[in-house]
Amino acid sequence: MQLKVTNSPFNEAQVELLNKLLPTLTDSQIQWLNGYMAFYRAGTASAESAIALQEQTAAAVATLIPAEEAAQPAAPALPREAAVLFGSQTGNSQRLAGKLAAQLKEQGFEVTLSAMNAFKTNGLKKTPYLFIVASTHGEGDPPDNALTFYEFLFSKRAPKLDGMKFSVLALGDTSYEFFCKTGQDFDNRLAELGAERLAPRIDCDVDFDGPASQWLASVIGAVTASPAASATVAGAASVAPASSAATTTESEYSRSNPFQAEVLATINLNGRGSDRETRHLEISLEGSGLTYEPGDCVGIYPQNDPALVDAIIAEMKWSGSENVVPTKEGAEGQLRNALLAQFEVTVLTRPLLEKAAAFSENAKLAELILPDNKATLRAYTSGRDLLDLLQDFGPWKLSAADLVSILRKMPPRLYSIASSGNAHPEEVHVTIRKVEYEAHGRKRGGVCSVQVSERLEEGGRLPIFIQNNPNFKLPANPDTPVIMIGPGTGVAPFRAFMEEREELGASGKSWLFYGDRHFVTDFLYQTDWQRMLKDGVLTKLDVAFSRDTEEKVYVQHRILEQAAELYKWLQEGAHVYVCGDEKHMAHDVHAALLSVVEKQGGLNAEAAAAYLADLQVSGRYQRDVY
Amino acid sequence: MTKQKVQPVGGTPSDVEQLKIESNYLRGSLVETLANRVTGGMSDLDNRLMKFHGSYMQDDRDVRNERQKQKLEPSYQFMLRVVTPGGVSTPEQWLEIDKLAQKYGSGSIRLTTRQAFQLHGVLKWNLKQTIRQINDVMLTTLAACGDVNRNVMCTPNPEQSEVHAEVHRWSEQLTKHLAPKTPAYHEIWLDGEKVDTGDKPKAEMGLAGNAVEPMYGPVYLPRKFKIGIAVPPSNDIDVYSQDLGYIAIMEKGKLVGFNVTVGGGMGMTHGDNNTYPQLGKVIGFCTPEQILDVAEKTITIQRDYGNRSVRKYARFKYTIDRHGLDWFVEELHERLGWQLAPSRPFHFESNGDRYGWSKNKNGKWNFAIYVNSGRIIDTDESKLMTGLREIAKIHTGDFRLTANQNLIIGNVAAPKKKKIAELMAQYGITDGSELVALRRSSISCVALPTCGLAMAEAERYLPTLIEKLEPVLTEVGLRDEEINIRMTGCPNGCGRPALGEVSFIGKSPGKYNMYLGAGFSGDRLSKLYRENIGETEILDTLRPILSHYASDREHGEHFGDFVIRSGYVKAVADGTDFHS
Repeated sequence: MQLKVTNSPFNEAQVELLNKLLPTLTDSQIQWLNGYMAFYRAGTASAESAIALQEQTAAAVATLIPAEEAAQPAAPALPREAAVLFGSQTGNSQRLAGKLAAQLKEQGFEVTLSAMNAFKTNGLKKTPYLFIVASTHGEGDPPDNALTFYEFLFSKRAPKLDGMKFSVLALGDTSYEFFCKTGQDFDNRLAELGAERLAPRIDCDVDFDGPASQWLASVIGAVTASPAASATVAGAASVAPASSAATTTESEYSRSNPFQAEVLATINLNGRGSDRETRHLEISLEGSGLTYEPGDCVGIYPQNDPALVDAIIAEMKWSGSENVVPTKEGAEGQLRNALLAQFEVTVLTRPLLEKAAAFSENAKLAELILPDNKATLRAYTSGRDLLDLLQDFGPWKLSAADLVSILRKMPPRLYSIASSGNAHPEEVHVTIRKVEYEAHGRKRGGVCSVQVSERLEEGGRLPIFIQNNPNFKLPANPDTPVIMIGPGTGVAPFRAFMEEREELGASGKSWLFYGDRHFVTDFLYQTDWQRMLKDGVLTKLDVAFSRDTEEKVYVQHRILEQAAELYKWLQEGAHVYVCGDEKHMAHDVHAALLSVVEKQGGLNAEAAAAYLADLQVSGRYQRDVY
Repeated sequence: MTKQKVQPVGGTPSDVEQLKIESNYLRGSLVETLANRVTGGMSDLDNRLMKFHGSYMQDDRDVRNERQKQKLEPSYQFMLRVVTPGGVSTPEQWLEIDKLAQKYGSGSIRLTTRQAFQLHGVLKWNLKQTIRQINDVMLTTLAACGDVNRNVMCTPNPEQSEVHAEVHRWSEQLTKHLAPKTPAYHEIWLDGEKVDTGDKPKAEMGLAGNAVEPMYGPVYLPRKFKIGIAVPPSNDIDVYSQDLGYIAIMEKGKLVGFNVTVGGGMGMTHGDNNTYPQLGKVIGFCTPEQILDVAEKTITIQRDYGNRSVRKYARFKYTIDRHGLDWFVEELHERLGWQLAPSRPFHFESNGDRYGWSKNKNGKWNFAIYVNSGRIIDTDESKLMTGLREIAKIHTGDFRLTANQNLIIGNVAAPKKKKIAELMAQYGITDGSELVALRRSSISCVALPTCGLAMAEAERYLPTLIEKLEPVLTEVGLRDEEINIRMTGCPNGCGRPALGEVSFIGKSPGKYNMYLGAGFSGDRLSKLYRENIGETEILDTLRPILSHYASDREHGEHFGDFVIRSGYVKAVADGTDFHS
């Protein structure tokens, strides 16, 4: 069919382009484009992609070819029913899964969108299409709400999945050793169980927007290319309870378009004499339209330390004014600005070293990236940054533009919100502890935490967005008791929780476990808690200060001391929340909870574990750990 | 003559009176308060009660506002005062106090103007352990503060060693005899068995004694009560500033008894002329064996007649001034069942300390150290705290805290003298002879940042002020002239400012009332000379007077006497004339 102005909605110029392009396409290109346009039509393509499209006119334009024409006759028809499962810690996976679900529905799919642990595994075998979006956590661990599903899939009980089609999107961070491991595990395991890979897995680094869009397009492309047995009318998808939290943000500002927010107040919460510094920021949302719920996070795009950026520029004998990359700020596309705000210079990853090796003749670098030297590479990258790399592996044949082309985009830092929007309209509060340490002979620190501690003043601005976290939410019922365990900055979301409950006049009991090093200087939000206790907003507060006594005391010790009372609260239906350090605290607290349930409930270890797993599945044990 | 019928002042009892009765012999809710980990502080009521246990809550006022912004409560900490009758402690006790100051305190020891040790900066969670360890070395904090008899003062100078030792024993006896008898202290701090003291006392029980507190009764005294014993010719303990004073009378080198003084006291309230510092008056003589009886009966009179309605009028001096000295003597005689003998002659020379080495009649040696504002701490100039620790490790005598906040290394055995002198040299510990005499004759209270009552600096500021007076002192030749100079951060009188020849009482940050004209031996009060002045005015005012004194003084004339003779101020013979 030749396109004309008369038989299509296109104008002359478009028709000409289309007629030029369409005959050149292969089957698979048509299939891909089909999916891409479906996604494009769904309105989720970023502005950047749209611009890119306009520029690449020859590459991709139309999708008027009916599905039947492109259909592959080989595969047997599958019911258009899909399960989109996510394992999400901060909500990114959940958000992307939601996008996919919406697009599948537009394709006429009946979609079950659910957190993995809320998905009924006995329905798995009958699921024709399975899509998984999973982040990786800590040392290659699945996120909390993926854990039970993960264990099921890797257990002997996992069913044969012949005939199922699947695809996995993995989220991760290349600076971690077990990059995207959870997604990879799912991908391998599903194939091992007999399912067929519909679209290849994509592993996303911290800047996931681009690759994730690519995965969505390829999945939609693939399903639309598959034959449909029954033309199910797109209906209401069955949505699992865990995902019911609606997106509250109705704002033009987002992760890809952050709001330049004014900082109204910056306060060091640690008293004089403390060896720590924790900033309480009060940030204005006025005019942004951004809203949030307690449990959500603020994403902040930080700026690199100017001293480090200048050292990098000096090391390479550049001026900093080299024009390197077109940016939204237009004229500011100079190296120094780009390194300050747009690229990550404080973390070394394997992909970066591999790319950098192409610009260096240094044999040591070439050797370091050999597959056999994995451990050496890890040891090298640990605690080092771009300046080290440039200093250690010259001479370089590297231009300023080359450098930025191999760097990762500056990832935003996520911080649990420490305020209730009801208590502080048009404001959001965060709690940021300064990270500083000495490594390889140089003082180093967290990009964002050092910036807010040392270079941010009241009245300054930060590019921010709101990241919903549906997996860390107060119980819907205001009468439900809550147990909150949040030492250090982990206490932040509980300030939001309690402020919210106070605003709502919620009557449920509440119990906070808090800990830090020293009572006198490190008791974050002490007077807030004291007031809430006095006013009865907070029912109980147990604190542990590890460096005030000869024997170190932590929150888990207080939990064990209060075992009987805590178990009573659990039996009364209390929700348990844990926020803070993942590496030690979350594990120790989990062990303490297990012990409480075991001893007070008279259960054996296995039954106690099942008790907590049940709590987790039913959303009564939620964690926001990092 | 029939005795004049006198009624107690009456009025609605103050809230502290209510608290005392409800505390059930000083227990209150201290046990629960100590267990509360959410705050490092305690309620006003518990804090009031803590005083009886030798402690009260303070906070670092330097950071109070800053912490409020940081969402942190004030930096609450506790001051612990250790009762040391007559200021005498053993090397073992010194080492323990030193250890506790480093481990639980702020790293320094404060010697008070009442010859007690004070630790500052003790956190609530460390109180119990600290108090326990203090008791382990046979010291106590019980009744170091509160509405009871406080640490009994006594001239510490052991030069007249035979009489002194005897007098010191009486100060110990008095402390012991007049201590509260409630088992609460042992229960709370020393894990003592909980003693059943019967039903909680009730308000209608009245003041008189009972089985638990035979002398004090369930509501204790209306206010603090202070006793001191002076051994002439030294009036270092400022006997006239005491509620009850004893002046040792020696005849032929033997202690024969004591003249008794009553009704002295330093505290007052700014802007309330019904409050004033007062001098104790000599009312007679008693033998050593009668000293406990006189003290006990005096205390019961104050218990029954003191003002329990308005605390600022509750001190014993106001009770006496209200009802008259004659009434008191008569009441005392009636309660004693015998009469005091007529007072005997005595003579005071000064209320200062004598520094440096001195030899006792028993052949042992003493060295009196000048301690700046009573603060035992290591500084750049002097490693005082470390040095005294090293000395304590080898010393076989004692450590004596003076009423002027100095320290005597007492009863040094002759063979140890050389070694101790070496240690003092090593750590820069001196008798202060390198300093201007004004500095050595100074007293200042703690004030900011820890004292909750302070309105202005004292300990942290007085040395600076003296430094600024040094050029003029040197210029007019008064470098070695002893002039008592005292500074307190508030008018409550811990530094006995009304007995300073020159004194400053804080009004607000950087501003002081300036007083002149007290007697060099502590026998006359000072008088307000300038009100609410800052440093520049202080210096401008004082420099010409000092010059005048240097040029026009008579032979042996003290500064306090000179300013009266020259008409700068009028002599204050009685506290009731202080404001007139």
